[in-house]
Amino acid sequence: MILDKKLSVSASPHDHSKDTVTRIMLDVVIALVPSLIAAVFLFGPQTLIVSAVSVGTCVVAEYFSRIVMKRHQTVGDLSAVVTGLLIAFNVPTSMPLWMVMLGDVFAIVVVKQMFGGIGMNFVNPALATRIMLIASFPTKMAEWNAPFTWKNEVMTTASPLAEIKNIYRSGAISNASFEGKDLPSLLDMFLGKRAGSLGEVCAIALIIGLIYLLARKVIKITIPLAYVGSFAVIMFIAGGFNLTFLAYHILSGGLLLGAIFMATDYTTSPINFKGQIIFGVGCGVITALIRLFGNLPEGVSFAIILMNILVPHIEHLTTPKPFGTVKEKKVKEAKE
Amino acid sequence: MSFKRPEGVLKAVKQVRGGVHVSHHKNTAELPVVRINPPQKIVLPMQQHIGAPCEPVVKVGDIVSVGQVVGDTDKFVSAPIHSSVSGKVVAVGDVNLPSGVVTKGVTIESDGEMRQYEGIKPPVVETREDFVKAVRESGLVGLGGAGFPTHVKLAFPKEKNIDTLVINAAECEPYITVDYRECLENSKNIISGIQLMQKWLEIPNVIIAIEDNKPQAFKALQDIAGEFKVKDNVKLMTLKSVYPQGAEKMMVQSATGRRVPPGKLPADVGCLVMNVASAAFIGRYMRTGRPLVSRSMTVDGSAIKEPKNVRVPIGTSISEIIEFCGGFKEEPEKILSGGPMMGMAVFSTDVPMIKSNNAILAFAKGDAELKKERDCIRCGRCAQACPMSLMPTLIERYAKIGDVERLNKIGINVCMECGSCAYSCPAGKPLVQYMRLAKSVVREAAKK
Repeated sequence: MILDKKLSVSASPHDHSKDTVTRIMLDVVIALVPSLIAAVFLFGPQTLIVSAVSVGTCVVAEYFSRIVMKRHQTVGDLSAVVTGLLIAFNVPTSMPLWMVMLGDVFAIVVVKQMFGGIGMNFVNPALATRIMLIASFPTKMAEWNAPFTWKNEVMTTASPLAEIKNIYRSGAISNASFEGKDLPSLLDMFLGKRAGSLGEVCAIALIIGLIYLLARKVIKITIPLAYVGSFAVIMFIAGGFNLTFLAYHILSGGLLLGAIFMATDYTTSPINFKGQIIFGVGCGVITALIRLFGNLPEGVSFAIILMNILVPHIEHLTTPKPFGTVKEKKVKEAKE
Repeated sequence: MSFKRPEGVLKAVKQVRGGVHVSHHKNTAELPVVRINPPQKIVLPMQQHIGAPCEPVVKVGDIVSVGQVVGDTDKFVSAPIHSSVSGKVVAVGDVNLPSGVVTKGVTIESDGEMRQYEGIKPPVVETREDFVKAVRESGLVGLGGAGFPTHVKLAFPKEKNIDTLVINAAECEPYITVDYRECLENSKNIISGIQLMQKWLEIPNVIIAIEDNKPQAFKALQDIAGEFKVKDNVKLMTLKSVYPQGAEKMMVQSATGRRVPPGKLPADVGCLVMNVASAAFIGRYMRTGRPLVSRSMTVDGSAIKEPKNVRVPIGTSISEIIEFCGGFKEEPEKILSGGPMMGMAVFSTDVPMIKSNNAILAFAKGDAELKKERDCIRCGRCAQACPMSLMPTLIERYAKIGDVERLNKIGINVCMECGSCAYSCPAGKPLVQYMRLAKSVVREAAKK
């Protein structure tokens, strides 16, 4: 039996898991959909327009920058779609579209492609964009739409975080401190009936996304848990062990969006368990410090970006020892 | 899968870190091993093992019989090669190994009689040295796939204090079922092989370790252990079915909790690991004196018409084995010698199977496709999967820039090329290839 045909040969292994980069990115997109639906419901059809424009701009920017940089095309891996969605999630619905597009181009071209494209950027592109937009257009980035006002006339309102900060600054916190303040109820906070960036408001939708990502094994719970956990511990102590204060802090701002979708970005977070714990706790501590003592109402994006920059060092410290390596201490003990 | 650990069966002392959950595809598990029709021609490469190649000791025109030595050497790390048919030597010269490597080889045309060599008689063993020598003369090499000469393993110095013999029946590679069949069909030889090793090598404990997806193997071995009244010192152990459970260092860790340090051998932590088929072979050889002239192998894969477990004379060509299994049902795209995780893709079916070859798998187009290589997204799946706690993604980067210092620090030489990293990589990176590249970078640097 002589085969006419040439057999293909390759290095082992010859079997592979079904995971692909595109499938992982698609999973992240799917996990973001509940929040998008919630946002459309809360802030109106303009949300969809902002999201579509943002995704479209990112995809086009990715496509052309790969061509200009003469690199192989990566637009098909859907990572630009994820970035586009996350940028939209980080701006108020009333954000002028050209500002959003500027942010998209900044994220894809400057933050991502100039550093080598997918897997090479040292900070999260969506977060870098958020910070760039806050620095460039501070008023527009703080014009929060009030929920359910899109049917008649769009109203803007203050974010709950600013109000909570005032409560914290005004002295000892008790449940009474929250009475009579211009704050949504905790249930409304949980359901997303509050002012904020379009994708960060609905806690329940974000948590559904988290559960999906965990079930698909796209991310592990380590970073979100370390982040929210360490943040909660500090806030609980700082708030004089007041649970209402703690709950408002966890549900407001971009904490959940950041902890679930931004801090877990593969490229800009550590690979190993120990590193992920350090990273998550670092994010939690910095977020808490900014929220408690900083001038800015919100600290999530700065916290994550700061920790992003530290990732190579965290990685260096937490690289596991190869199997069977005997600890130096033990070697010394054995010699003695 | 729900598996109830039978009574008296031990639980693994320590779990393997990482690893991957491969689909098992143990399609041939219930197929008893059948003998292949005697081949017309065999090719015996002189390098069927790790170590020094043999030199042919026959010349063209010689008449040989089954079990006669055709290749040997006086080097220690090597094993003699015996004829697996009776017939005439028609060529002595360069032949291809399944890997494509060219080595000396002996080609024998069979006379179809399968006459036994008259010199075959059970070895007389009176000392430990006799035992090791007899195993060398049997031509036995590790039958699990690595092909390391067994007698070298058995000749460990006394001061190593080996206290545990671990019999490896994990068979964690997908598709392959010959070790499982060995447990069911050859349990007596397994136990007698173990008893002999215990006796001559003075090893007090024996653990037969099997993955928990093979409940019938436990039953067969438990029954036979009861029959031989060795239940007290030959213990069975269940292992979690996770690849690469059957790797030597993983085996030692699961069975005893000991970790073999980098660059060391199981003997350095007091363990001897042996494949179950090798143990069974020792049992049979000591009784009959028949050297290693045939072995069982699994023939399977989507392109094979009738998957089978077959007993094949060493040196039979892969094409003849596939023909015995009904030939191809679809045009094959890739043919492997060995399992899908660590096996080797052969370039032609016109190569002989060798001693360490435990499977032939043929895949049709679509079943053996590689993913297109993309950029690393740092998802960390490779590092999670690595049972040796390495960081394949970093190793790739360091190898490409030739950073020898970092490669050594990160422990590249601990890598056993199990393929767990490349299996799990969503970017389709051929990480095993990069690991090999890294090793060669380190090797080259050490030469300078």
